[in-house]
Amino acid sequence: MMQKDIKRLSLILLFAPFALWIFLLIVLPHLGMFYISVREKVGPRMYEFGLGNYINFFAEPIYWNTLIRTGSMSLLVTALALLLGFPIAYYIAKIAGNRTRGALFLMCLIPLWVSDLIRAFGWILLLRETGIISSSLQWAGVINTPIEFLYNDAAVIMGLVYTVILFMIVPLVSTLDGMDNSMIEAGYNLGGNGPTVLRRIIIPYAMPGIVSGCIVVFMLTAGSYLTPILLGGKNSSWFTEQIYDQFITRYNWESGAAFGFLLLAFTSLVVWGGLKLSGQTLNSTVAKS
Amino acid sequence: MIMKLAMAGLLATTVMAVVPAQAETLRLLTWGSYAPDELVKKFEEKYPDITVEVTFSNNEEMIAKLRATGGAGFDLAQPSHDRIYAVQQEYNIYKPLDLSKINTDVMQDKLLEGVKANTTIDGEVYAVPHQWGTSGLMANKTMAPDVKAWGDLCDPQYKGKTSMRLKRTILLGMAFDMGEDPFAAYADLDKYQSILDKVADKLIACKDNLKAYWKGGDDLSAMMMSGEIVASETWDSTAYKLYGENKDIVFVPPKTGALAWIDTFAIPRKGEADDAAYKWINFVLEPENVKIMSASTGAIAAVEGGKDLLPDDKKAAVNAAFTDADIDNLKFFANIPAGVEDMEGKTLEKIKAATGSE
Repeated sequence: MMQKDIKRLSLILLFAPFALWIFLLIVLPHLGMFYISVREKVGPRMYEFGLGNYINFFAEPIYWNTLIRTGSMSLLVTALALLLGFPIAYYIAKIAGNRTRGALFLMCLIPLWVSDLIRAFGWILLLRETGIISSSLQWAGVINTPIEFLYNDAAVIMGLVYTVILFMIVPLVSTLDGMDNSMIEAGYNLGGNGPTVLRRIIIPYAMPGIVSGCIVVFMLTAGSYLTPILLGGKNSSWFTEQIYDQFITRYNWESGAAFGFLLLAFTSLVVWGGLKLSGQTLNSTVAKS
Repeated sequence: MIMKLAMAGLLATTVMAVVPAQAETLRLLTWGSYAPDELVKKFEEKYPDITVEVTFSNNEEMIAKLRATGGAGFDLAQPSHDRIYAVQQEYNIYKPLDLSKINTDVMQDKLLEGVKANTTIDGEVYAVPHQWGTSGLMANKTMAPDVKAWGDLCDPQYKGKTSMRLKRTILLGMAFDMGEDPFAAYADLDKYQSILDKVADKLIACKDNLKAYWKGGDDLSAMMMSGEIVASETWDSTAYKLYGENKDIVFVPPKTGALAWIDTFAIPRKGEADDAAYKWINFVLEPENVKIMSASTGAIAAVEGGKDLLPDDKKAAVNAAFTDADIDNLKFFANIPAGVEDMEGKTLEKIKAATGSE
């Protein structure tokens, strides 16, 4: 009896910090945001309950276009991060020796030691019209007039992939690490060639890592603010910028809060859709890897 | 041992809790460069019992911060003069000033009266002027000698070599350029909306001509200094700084008049160190301190003879930019009535989202 109580107490104590964190920093602010988002402003310091802020979003094509644009560019970033991250992760987990593995991991980590802002400025120095790439191409005689690489969507995507790729590599390495090499050997012994082994053995095995990496990367990208703002050009709108504008420039917290919820709903929907399409569940992926 | 440590910890926390209560803290919410270290140090030497904590921000973020707390967390804020009246009515974040505690004699009458007129609600004054400056154009004389008006940023001969900030300033400037008076239209918001629509069409058509929208003084400076752009909308202080490094880059007051702003002193409603705030206001308006401040900000103090208190290089830049006629032609930002931010915000979104001819 006594033992049981102690067990329960320790469980509660272990759980308490997590519960407090979730409740105070996640649930409570979201409730506050939700409350603001269903207030409609009818005059100075006068508010009414209503869904007007949400209706406004759907009535104004600029808003949902930006959201769709943000969503599709985030998907592209996720796909590129997977494409680039998978070989790196495979090399680290399966091919590299024990000693080089640590060094390689470290090299992937190093860019994260400086802040997003500094990394964005690094890209700006490289890509701008009078920047390093443009001027060295000129010096090498490849081009005659300076080229502007900055201020377009390609720069945004490149910057974002660079920022998030680590979050793809880490879960992939940990799942691939757990894979027995003899499975790959067996695949070859049974007459499979490289692509077949990759498609039928490695990818299915790595699926939990792939899915959880994709979820994290997609969420991070869709919610990022600095990189799209700094590297983007005249036409590159990003949904988080829209939210910032509503809150700060337009003093319109009500619709900013509604936009925040719409972004949350939209990204959740995309993740849910992705899980359904790939036949995975949260339990078999994120919770596992 | 553990007991001792705990005691020491307890003591440490009590001591830490007591110290700030003895020494007053002045929490200043202001613009980057508006609280140079040199001046803060000098102030703390003069008033050893006051420590100054500075938070750098801009108009919109200042208001958002104060709104979030109902005017708590800061003891002195410096929004522009047009951001007091409607904001106070809507969010109630400032408290009335006690003018008897402020050395208003040193302030330039015209600016003081202007700010007072703009920020008086129910007979109470909510702000006094600190510094003023303008928004206008900046051009590299050798490469873009003909830039004289807001509309020249859309001149095809500078295609891909101009820039602007996608904020309300350019909306207003372009409206003046098209022969409208947006400030007069504040009284009739339908009229203002029609002006905004015209301006939006013009700026969307102009988008193709721009290299990029600048977002802060740093990226604007970098584009201008490297010659990637030859003309841009700008704050005068940014242009003055560049003039110090390259005499070809000058501030150009647009022919319809540069847009003038006055940054003010206002005390947040739940400020806790009013006396320290008044001391800071009077302190930074003393002539020798104005010099330090203006050297850092590049803006002109709202005191009598403020222009003469600029450091020599900035004075030269101002003289190269402004004639007396230009000064007479200044358009001071009018009070922003409630609702206008939303209309302007929508217009800016429309411009940003338009893909133009690209």
